[in-house]
Amino acid sequence: MLKLDNVSTFYGKIQALHNVSLEVNQGEILTLIGANGAGKTTLMMTICGDPRAQSGHIAFDGRPIQQLSTADIMRQGLAVVPEGRRIFAGMTVEENLFMGSFFRSRSEASVQLDHVLTLFPRLRERFHQRGGTMSGGEQQMLAIGRALMSQPRLLLLDEPSLGLAPIIIQQIFEIIERLRDEGVTVFLVEQNAHQALRIADRGYVLENGRIVMSGSGDALLNDDSVRKAYLGG
Amino acid sequence: MQRALFPALFAAGVTFLLTCLVIGVKLVQGGPTLTVVGADADTWSWIAFAVVIVFLVQLLKEPLLGLKQRLPMPDVTGLLPDEQLRNRLKPWLIALIVVGLFVWPFMVSRGAVDLATLTLIYVMLGLGLNIVVGFAGLLDLGYVAFYAVGAYTYALLSEYYGLSFWVCLPIAGLLAATFGCILGFPVLRLRGDYLAIVTLGFGEIIRILLNNWTNVTGGPNGIGGIDKPTLFGLEFNRRASEGAQTFHAFFGIQYDSSYKVIFLYLVAVLLVLLTIYIINRIQRMPIGRAWEALREDEIACRSLGLNPTVIKLSAFTLGASFAGFAGCFFAARQGFISPESFTFIESAIILAIVVLGGMGSQLGVILAAIAMTILPELAREFQEYRMLMFGGVMVLMMLWRPQGLLPMKRPHLELKAS
Repeated sequence: MLKLDNVSTFYGKIQALHNVSLEVNQGEILTLIGANGAGKTTLMMTICGDPRAQSGHIAFDGRPIQQLSTADIMRQGLAVVPEGRRIFAGMTVEENLFMGSFFRSRSEASVQLDHVLTLFPRLRERFHQRGGTMSGGEQQMLAIGRALMSQPRLLLLDEPSLGLAPIIIQQIFEIIERLRDEGVTVFLVEQNAHQALRIADRGYVLENGRIVMSGSGDALLNDDSVRKAYLGG
Repeated sequence: MQRALFPALFAAGVTFLLTCLVIGVKLVQGGPTLTVVGADADTWSWIAFAVVIVFLVQLLKEPLLGLKQRLPMPDVTGLLPDEQLRNRLKPWLIALIVVGLFVWPFMVSRGAVDLATLTLIYVMLGLGLNIVVGFAGLLDLGYVAFYAVGAYTYALLSEYYGLSFWVCLPIAGLLAATFGCILGFPVLRLRGDYLAIVTLGFGEIIRILLNNWTNVTGGPNGIGGIDKPTLFGLEFNRRASEGAQTFHAFFGIQYDSSYKVIFLYLVAVLLVLLTIYIINRIQRMPIGRAWEALREDEIACRSLGLNPTVIKLSAFTLGASFAGFAGCFFAARQGFISPESFTFIESAIILAIVVLGGMGSQLGVILAAIAMTILPELAREFQEYRMLMFGGVMVLMMLWRPQGLLPMKRPHLELKAS
């Protein structure tokens, strides 16, 4: 569904990604794990076109997207939940959600709204509350809900567990699994390797801007070097 | 108190030194030599007074601050009736105000109507800038440039091609919007302070251009004798120009110069009502939401597929077009324009209106525009202290209501699930 082929990205002169190739298949949860500064977020942002890949190809549904502007890429049927949630703090939950369906018709939006609110009953309770006044977990739910409002076929999640309590992380991951069961393809970037690999169908390990390992979630979870480096032995 | 003693003494000492140097002694040029002359006893007693005041204030700072905490803060929102009643009364209130606006000029003096017309121009400018600063959050310090573009569009078209006000009004708006767009393209990648500086520069460029392009714009001499608007071709002059008819002759009434003033006022009212209506509609449209979302978080907007450049540009263009309308009307009302009317202080006043009224709040901006134009007129006796009072009011406002007179309340929309 999403295919990266030999993608290299630079920040000025510094190369952040070295010939990264990976593939996200329809209907799976793909996870990308790696340490701080490995290039996980850079990879995700390169997919979104900011920063642009200096070389290589990125194709979504077989169509190249690396030449499109960020705004155009985001309207192709993929949605991103950016790192740090980035909800609109001064707007209500409702308004935040409708910003997600900016390019959808009203009827599509209201159908999808119902769907999002069943996924996150918490958001229904807080429907008219301002985004900035909610807890971190609720904000993360809102960020995911907002991304889902555009009815994406591929959902990119950048560290959804960042700064959340373990019980909330658990809930978030359950919802991610549920999304997969509903047919949404999920590309999950995580530092919380254990949790991420457990729900993932496949995973990649990124180290210093290079993919060093790939395999099924279970295989990686049981791999010795992965255990040593990311799962604490 | 003990702790405050040393800082208080220090502050008093600094005050003494500074006042001594600045007003206590004077250098007088007597022939070839400079002599130092002390001030008279009166001045010295004032200096002593000032030093004592500074000392006391510094010494008693904490008790004074405590006192300030207990001062009741004015709360305007508490005085309003509850929301339900307000919603029910709102249409009636609006109707009343609109009718009042149309009836009022026939009952008051010419000067008052004229002042009201000026106020309405500032209302229009404030509302226009509110789109850029209040909704989209782009600090624009050169807004007056678009005002100037609008004014000169009408002045030049009327002078060289004899076009009428009503033809020029949309042209002025379009041209100002075009300028907004042209300026917007290169600068909108900038943010915050940098954007403010570039827009400030643009404002100056336009003014200096108008000042120096003498053979077209008349330079500092400006353009005079600009035609007033007509009512379906009827003029408001004493004598009709060639091939036209005058208002009083058509209706068979006595000529009165106040008709012209009232007519201008009514045109201004119409323009302002139109502005309010359009902005209200746009605010409820997706683009209005997008402006606001962009102000809150640009990265989030991009992640949702919104194009920040287009959104910013639309705010800039639309805001500029209202300045163009206001400028066109201003030229028609004044009958004479020169680059003098479009200095930086105008931009500052319009910005002050937006900030004072509460960023993004339409009613607040209208109230602030009224306050900012009428209060200086009322305080004409204190001419030289006007700016001082202006500054004082601003400081007090920031202390008491940093969010503005009437903070913005976003319109609430409910989507019904079909």
